[in-house]
Amino acid sequence: MHQVLQTDGTLRAAAPLDVSTTRQLYAAMVAARTYDHKGTTLQKQGRLATYASFLGQEACQIGATGPLRPDDWLVATYRDAGAMWAQGYPWVNLFLGRTGDERGGAAPPDVNVLPPSITVGAHMIHAVGLAWAEQYRGTDRVALTMFGDGATSEGDFHEAMNFAGVFGVPVIFLCQNNHYAISTPRHRQTAAETLAAKADGYGMPGRQVDGNDLFAVYDAVAAAVADARAGGGPTFIEAVTYRLSPHTTADDPGRYRPAAEEEEWRARDPLDRVRRYLEANGEWSPAWQDELEQAAAADVDAAITAAEQLEPLGAAAVFDAVFAEPTPQLLRQRNRAATDE
Amino acid sequence: MAQALTAALGHALRSDRDVLILGEDVGTTGGVFRITDGLQTEFGPDRVIDTPVAESGIAGAAFGMAVAGLRPVAEIQFLGFAYPAYDQIVSHISRIRTRSQHRFTAPLVIRIPYGAGIGAAEHHSESTEAIFAHTPGVKVVVPSTPADAAGLLLTAIADPDPVIFLEPIRSYRRVRGEVADPPRPVAFGEAAVRRSGTDLTLVAYGAMVPDTMDAADDLAVAGIEAEVLDLRTLVPLDYDTLLDSANRTGRVVLVQEGHRTCGFAAELAATIQEEALYSLLAPVTRVTGWDTVVPLRRAEHHYVPSPERIAAAGRAVMEA
Repeated sequence: MHQVLQTDGTLRAAAPLDVSTTRQLYAAMVAARTYDHKGTTLQKQGRLATYASFLGQEACQIGATGPLRPDDWLVATYRDAGAMWAQGYPWVNLFLGRTGDERGGAAPPDVNVLPPSITVGAHMIHAVGLAWAEQYRGTDRVALTMFGDGATSEGDFHEAMNFAGVFGVPVIFLCQNNHYAISTPRHRQTAAETLAAKADGYGMPGRQVDGNDLFAVYDAVAAAVADARAGGGPTFIEAVTYRLSPHTTADDPGRYRPAAEEEEWRARDPLDRVRRYLEANGEWSPAWQDELEQAAAADVDAAITAAEQLEPLGAAAVFDAVFAEPTPQLLRQRNRAATDE
Repeated sequence: MAQALTAALGHALRSDRDVLILGEDVGTTGGVFRITDGLQTEFGPDRVIDTPVAESGIAGAAFGMAVAGLRPVAEIQFLGFAYPAYDQIVSHISRIRTRSQHRFTAPLVIRIPYGAGIGAAEHHSESTEAIFAHTPGVKVVVPSTPADAAGLLLTAIADPDPVIFLEPIRSYRRVRGEVADPPRPVAFGEAAVRRSGTDLTLVAYGAMVPDTMDAADDLAVAGIEAEVLDLRTLVPLDYDTLLDSANRTGRVVLVQEGHRTCGFAAELAATIQEEALYSLLAPVTRVTGWDTVVPLRRAEHHYVPSPERIAAAGRAVMEA
């Protein structure tokens, strides 16, 4: 398993990033965690429908998107808000989606991030299609798709990997193996020794990296992106990490995993590791940490306020976003709905 | 009709570099029904793409291409093989416009041969168009003539939303007719009046239109003048032509090859009774396939509505 930054913050191999970029990505990890805490809190207050936390997976979220260009595609899941935000998807959109408002799915015009996939595993083939279109047009854009260990059991995972391999499209498959699909452990998803080994069957490189190591994730994704841009085709990366939170706010991990295991992984916290590294290099201070946390909290609070202040969609808007122009069916139903109300 | 579809696809590929074809055996072989015959030779393997045998993958990849701005035309070999792709259709293709509030769209076409009549194996004779009509966010097109097949296909490719394009298998070689070169687009949501009549209205689409015309001829021999409507598109639906005809004749027979329960004819019947009840002189009647698996070749005739069954329903409605 590829590792660069060890738990104690010391390097096992050369850092792939300079200190200034590392500070930026650390700041992004802090922001992501701030949003994540807010999401869990707001759900408990009844202000969000459900919330799927990525606590403990911040190195994957920020390390994966770090090597992307702003015009690259990202196709991710309901647990990838940190990555989506890092790629330009605003916090307000993420909160809107969680409050139960379709406008959360409207990424800004210059942000090539699809709304999060809620069904498990069907979205990786979308990234293949997007990357294929870029390849057809002769751009050097790539598509990154993120998913969990559970998604590798879906049939569409196979079809996506297979299409990508056969047509050599510029797509990067990043599997966050966080050990549990709700309650189902990784060994119930596959008898394969690693998920990375699956790449062999599709004729593409597969790498297993420490998913709690910002540098290892960044390193692996950067190499895959460079390869894809240069026409080298797809790569599969298994980032081994752990969801420190429940699956969603409706879940109780006590039913399926020991508390000691959670503690073990808490000690491998991806933020602590980068903080120790920066501190050892004289690039971290408690004052800077406070500054980061306060700035992130202000951003996140402004986003939730903006989301909550938006008037809910009117009845007409519900009918008008099905097609470019409503069909006669929808026009009749829209009138009926207006009459019934 | 097969040649008309090939001509339309060729025209679309020639006119717009964003148009691509993908599917199983569509390239070298020209498709199991030869609808894409010769297109890979003319446009190359990057634009007429032979894919792995994976219907969900075909639909999902086409979705990604369409979101990126291309105009993919996917082919699924038979409607009975399309069900693995249905999850992509119902969960993603049909929803991305709503999910992203117009920010992302999926302007793609999925062409699917449907219906009985060639005596192939199980799964090769399905008429489950109602499933797609029941799915919010996709348009459903079922042509019955060569000119419509070509013209509706061009409209489908140009449409800003996803279109399920169902091609009647038994009409591919059997139904002939003139087609302009290049084909002229045919608008969605406009039913065609294939035969004018004052006594009753026969409503059909796709493969059932020729049989319904035959039934109308039979009825005419008995002095019954039937109007025959060809819906052409189920979504969008031409309510005006349907209700106008029902109001004028007061007698309606709805014809569909699909299974009876929750078939598209049931939707039409409900609409007619909601909006034209007081014009009706007889109960609205359906002639449909049954709620059985489509029988294999030797018993298929027990399932598919015949001109005789349609004409009998017409006579019954006149006597009601």
